[in-house]
Amino acid sequence: MTQALAFLYNPHRFMAFSAWAAPLFGALALALAAVGLWLGFTAPEDYQQGDTVRIMFIHVPAAWLGLFVYVCLGGASFLSLVFRQALADAAARAAAPIGAVFTALALATGSLWGKPMWGAWWVWDARLTSVLVLFLFYLAYMALRAAIDDEAKGARAAAILALVGLINVPVVHWSVEWWNTLHQGRTVFAAGGSRAATVFLVPLLLMSLSYMSAFGALWLVRIRGEVWRRRAAAAEARLAR
Amino acid sequence: MLDLDPGPYGFYVWMSYGLSAVALAWLAVSSLAFARRWRRRAEALETRAQEVEPGPETQP
Repeated sequence: MTQALAFLYNPHRFMAFSAWAAPLFGALALALAAVGLWLGFTAPEDYQQGDTVRIMFIHVPAAWLGLFVYVCLGGASFLSLVFRQALADAAARAAAPIGAVFTALALATGSLWGKPMWGAWWVWDARLTSVLVLFLFYLAYMALRAAIDDEAKGARAAAILALVGLINVPVVHWSVEWWNTLHQGRTVFAAGGSRAATVFLVPLLLMSLSYMSAFGALWLVRIRGEVWRRRAAAAEARLAR
Repeated sequence: MLDLDPGPYGFYVWMSYGLSAVALAWLAVSSLAFARRWRRRAEALETRAQEVEPGPETQP
């Protein structure tokens, strides 16, 4: 693990690795999505949810990714804050907009499922509210970085905020166990095995892998952009001397 | 069999898929544009910086 991190700390090695890994993850995401969508739209209607069950194939992966990306953001912020790794800071900055989009999609698609199934676009349920808080942490992280002119100070302040936001991650995950929520409890990772039928579970897992690969590709591309941005700033500073 | 008719839930299902497709496509396009824009800028500035400040091998 330490060796893998040390390998990626080096910007030259990271740029060489990401040059082939990003398109590979992108192609994998598209291939998995093609199979996942095909299986999703050939699956039968659910006996209770009807055709709205197909929203689950994109809602659940978006929600999982919203949470997973925040853990990546928190981990990168920790490495940046404690070990002063510039690449870790670039990774944290690059993760935030991606995580915000996944979380916004989880909220929007959840709302579009909730209206026909629960009869409401939104309820102040523990799961929904904690995911909204997660989304606000993403927005606050990006706003804080943008608000502070000194990039190093902005990065430190935002990293501290990201670490504080990690407290919300177990709250989102366990909210359906800790409180009596309208949102259904754990289904795929339920104790004693998945409670979802295989015909729904397979497209759900394929779409989740597709979203995960898409995140891998987008994250690498955005970190590359960050590295170039910093190189441009360094060259500009040399020219200004 | 392929079922592309969600019946009375068509609005909710297609709106969910449409929003997801648009958001993910926007994320992909903006990420690629961001990386490409800064790569071009960095390469141009580094070339200029090298012209202004020649490397040690070219210095007397």
